Amino acid sequence: MARFGMVIDTKKCVGCMDCVVACKTENNVPEGHNRDWIVTVVNGKFPDVNLEIQTQRCNHCDNTPCVACCPTGASHIHDVGGVVLVDHNMCIGCKACLAACPYDARFVHPDGYADKCTFCIHRVEKGELPACVSVCPTHCMYFGDLDDPNSEVSKLIASRKNHSLIPEAGTKPRIFYLT
Amino acid sequence: MNSISRRKFLKITGFSVGAAAAATALSPMIKGANKINKEKVKGIQKIPTYCDICFWKCGTVAYLKDGELWKVEGHPNDPLSKGRLCPRGTGGIGAVSDPDRLRSPLIRTRERGEEVWKEVTWDEALGYIADKMQKIKTQYGPESVASFSHGIGGNFLKHTLKAYGAINFAAPSFAQCRGPRDVGFELTFGEAIGSPERTDIENAKCIVLIGSHLGENMHNTQVQEFANAVQNDASVIVVDPRFSVAASKAKYYLPIKPGTDIALLLAWMNVIVSEKLYDVDYVTKYGFGFEQFAAEISSYTPEWAYPETGIDPELIRNSAREMAMHKPASLVHPGRHATWYGDDAQRSRAIALLNALLGSWGRKGGFFYPASYSLPGYPYPAYPTSTKEKLDNPGKKYPFASEEITTGIREATISGNPYPIKGWFIYATNLIHALPNEKETIAAIQNLDLMVVVDVIPSEIAGWADVVLPESVYLERYDDLHMSAFKETFIGIRQPVVESPADQKPNWWIAKKLAEKLGLGNYYPWNHIEDYLDHRLRAGGLSLDQLKKEGIIRGPKPPIYFEDGIVPEFPTPSGKIEFYSLQLQQAGFDPVPKFKKPEQAPSGYYRLLFGRAPVHSFSRTQSNRILMDMMDENEVWVNQDVAEKWGLKNAQHVRLKNQDGVVSNKIKVKVTERIRTDCVYMVHGFGHNSKMLKGAFGKGASDAGLVTKYATDPLMGGTGMNVNFVTFELEA
Repeated sequence: MARFGMVIDTKKCVGCMDCVVACKTENNVPEGHNRDWIVTVVNGKFPDVNLEIQTQRCNHCDNTPCVACCPTGASHIHDVGGVVLVDHNMCIGCKACLAACPYDARFVHPDGYADKCTFCIHRVEKGELPACVSVCPTHCMYFGDLDDPNSEVSKLIASRKNHSLIPEAGTKPRIFYLT
Repeated sequence: MNSISRRKFLKITGFSVGAAAAATALSPMIKGANKINKEKVKGIQKIPTYCDICFWKCGTVAYLKDGELWKVEGHPNDPLSKGRLCPRGTGGIGAVSDPDRLRSPLIRTRERGEEVWKEVTWDEALGYIADKMQKIKTQYGPESVASFSHGIGGNFLKHTLKAYGAINFAAPSFAQCRGPRDVGFELTFGEAIGSPERTDIENAKCIVLIGSHLGENMHNTQVQEFANAVQNDASVIVVDPRFSVAASKAKYYLPIKPGTDIALLLAWMNVIVSEKLYDVDYVTKYGFGFEQFAAEISSYTPEWAYPETGIDPELIRNSAREMAMHKPASLVHPGRHATWYGDDAQRSRAIALLNALLGSWGRKGGFFYPASYSLPGYPYPAYPTSTKEKLDNPGKKYPFASEEITTGIREATISGNPYPIKGWFIYATNLIHALPNEKETIAAIQNLDLMVVVDVIPSEIAGWADVVLPESVYLERYDDLHMSAFKETFIGIRQPVVESPADQKPNWWIAKKLAEKLGLGNYYPWNHIEDYLDHRLRAGGLSLDQLKKEGIIRGPKPPIYFEDGIVPEFPTPSGKIEFYSLQLQQAGFDPVPKFKKPEQAPSGYYRLLFGRAPVHSFSRTQSNRILMDMMDENEVWVNQDVAEKWGLKNAQHVRLKNQDGVVSNKIKVKVTERIRTDCVYMVHGFGHNSKMLKGAFGKGASDAGLVTKYATDPLMGGTGMNVNFVTFELEA
C-alpha cells in the first residue's frame, strides 16, 4: 500500500502563500481558517541572516496521536496512501485531536467538526496532485509515495539534505523540507 | 524609440493556428454573455479567461461547480502563467464575492470626500456625467477633461474620451513606477523594458536584483523563472537594505545604505572595466562612447564606494567578478517600481550600462527581443483634432519623458496652467495611494467641475468623486484582446464566467453608453463587444468562438536573441549602445551617471521604504476576503537594535510620524534582523480610510499617506518616493 508524503524544496519556495490560497478555494475552507500556512524561520544577525520558509500543514504522521485520542473514531487513517482524515459526521468537535497534534494543524470548522489538510485525497484518488502542489508557481512542492524508492519524493529525500518538523514528538511526520 | 513594432510582424492574413493551440480545447462554455450562469449547469464547467488582479494578465481557467464559481487556475497553454497563477490570481474569486464591492452607480449628495451618496440608475449617472462634460466642453474645451487609468480595462473609456476630444491621458505606471527604468534603458539601448519585462530570467546564469524583491513582488512569470534559475544553480546577487526573500536565495547579499545604488553600480562597472572583464567584442561592435565612459568611471573604485554604500570593497569586487564570469547570461534586473530618489532614470541608465558591459542585451539569459501578436484596430471614425497641446509636461520640461506624467496633470489642475482642467475620469487606479502627497491630489480635486471614478471597489479616490460607476469584476466581463509582447506571440481573451451580482456593468458597456449620451454613438459602430472582438479576430483569420473556447491562441515563436537571428539594432541617436550620451549632455544632464549623496535622516528618524507582498496588488485587494485571510494588515519592519533602543516589542502597535508631522494609522511592529538600522519598511496598499471599504478600513497603515515629500526626476518627471523619514509615536 502507498504511503503518501510530501517534499518541499525550501531553496525554491518564496513563501507566496499560493498553496494556502489554492487550498482555500479548492476545499472551500471557511473565512478565518486555513488548512496550510507559511512559517518563516529567521536566524542570524543582520546582514548575516538565514531564512527558511516552510509551507506547513498536517504531517499525516505514521504515528498519529490525533487518531489515537479520538473518542469516536472520526479521526482515522484512510486506506488510500495512509492519509489521516476526519469523518465529519462522526466528529463531535471535542477538540482532543487539536490538543494532541504537535503541529497545531487542526481547527474546528464552523460546522462543528475538526478540520485539516486531507492531502486533497479527492484529487489524488483521481490521479491529480494536491491543490497546493499543483498551483505552486515555484514548483517547490512534490507529492508521492514514500514507500516507493523510485518515486520523486523518495529520490529527493535520499539525495538532498532535509528535515522534518518536530521529529522529537515521535509522530514520524511525512512532510520533508529540503534545505 | 518604437522599434518594437518591427517585431509585430503578424499582420493578419490567413495566419493559421498551430497544433499546440488546438491541443488544449477546454470544455465548451455557455454561449452568449447574457445567458451566463442562468441555467446552473450541473457538474464542472471550465471557462478560460485572463486575470485582472494585477496587470500581468495571466491566462486563467475558471471552474464552475453546478453553475457556481468555484475556483480559478492558470491556463496550461498560456506563455505567462504556464498553468500556474500567483496567490492573488488564485484568490481572484474573492473579488467577485467581496462584500465591499460597489453595487450601484452613486452620485455625491454632500461635500466631496464625505462619502455621502445617493444610489442612482445608470441612465441618471451617465446623463449627469454627459451633461457636465458638455458644459466643460462649451466653457473650456474638451481638452479640459483628463483621464487617469490603469490596466487594459480602461481602453474603451479612453476611446469615448478621445471621441469627445480629450487629449490628456496618464497612468501612474509611468511617473510613479516603471517610467525611470524605461527611460534609462531607452537612453542606452534605444528601447524600453516594457511589461511584461523582457528579462530572460529562466536562462540567466547570474541574476542581479537591486531592490527588486521577486518572490514578494509576485510577477508570475518572473517568479516562476526565478525559481527555475535558482534550481539550476544560477548565482543570485541581491542588493537591498532589507534581507528580502530573494536575498535568502543569494550567493552575495549586499546590504546597501538606501539611496546609494548609483555609487555601487559605478564601482561595479569600475571593477569590470579596470579588470577587463567586460564583453570586449560586444562593446567594440555595438558601443558608442566607451572610451569617454571608461575614463569617467575610472575613479569610482570599490574603496571610493565603500563609505557611501557601506558595502565592503571585496564584496563589491567579488560580486562584480561573479556577474562577469557568467556573461552574457548575466542579467542585472532593471526592477519595476523604480521611482525612489529622483535620480532614478540615471540609476536605471547605470543598470543598463552594466548590462551593456556584460553583453546581456539581446542575448539568451539577458534581455530578449519580445514578439507580439498584432491585429488591426477596429475601424473607428477619426478622433477630433485639437489645437491645444497635452499639458502634463509643458515645454518638455522633462525632456526624456516617453509617456504622460500623472503628477503633471495634477499640477496643471491645481494651477489652471497652461489651461484649466475641469474634469477627471479615473479608471481602476486609487490615486490617493498611487500618487505622492495626497494633499496635492485633494487640492486639484477642488478645482474640478466633474470627477468620475470607475472601479470595482470603493477605494479612497472613489470617496472624492462626484459620480462613482461600479464596474463588473474581470470574471464577469469581456475586455479587449490580450496581446502582450513576450517570448512568443499569443492572443488571450477575457470573457464573462459569471454574472455580476448587482447593478455593475462592464467598462465597454459604460463607455459605449456614455458615448451615446454625448451624441458620439457613431464611435461605437458595434452593438456588443462580442461583435467588436469577432471583427478584430476575423481580420486575423481567427474567430471569437474559437478564442472563447481555447482562451489562448499561440502564434509562432520568432527569434528573440541575437544568437538566433535578431539583427542588433539600437534606435538611439548614434544607432549604438550609448555608453556616453550626447543627447543627455546636450540637454544639460550627465552623459554618464554620477552619484549624488542622498539626504540623511534627521536624528531619531528612519528612511521609509515600501514594497509588495505576494498576496496583494497595490491598494486594490485588501478587501478581497480570501486575500484578507492571507494578510489583513501590514507591519512596520524595525531592526532588532532599533527596536531595543525604542523599547519596541514585536507585534506592538505604534504610529509613524513623518518629517512633515503627518501621523499614520496604528501599525504593528515587526522586530526583525532582516533590515538595516537606518530604515524601516512596510508593505504598500494598507491603511484604508474609505468608509465604504469596510473589510479593510483602518487595518494597517498607509505608506502613501506618509509620502508627503517626493523628488522629481529632472529627466522624465518621475516622483521619487523613498525620500521620506519617519519616527515612532508610541501609544500612551
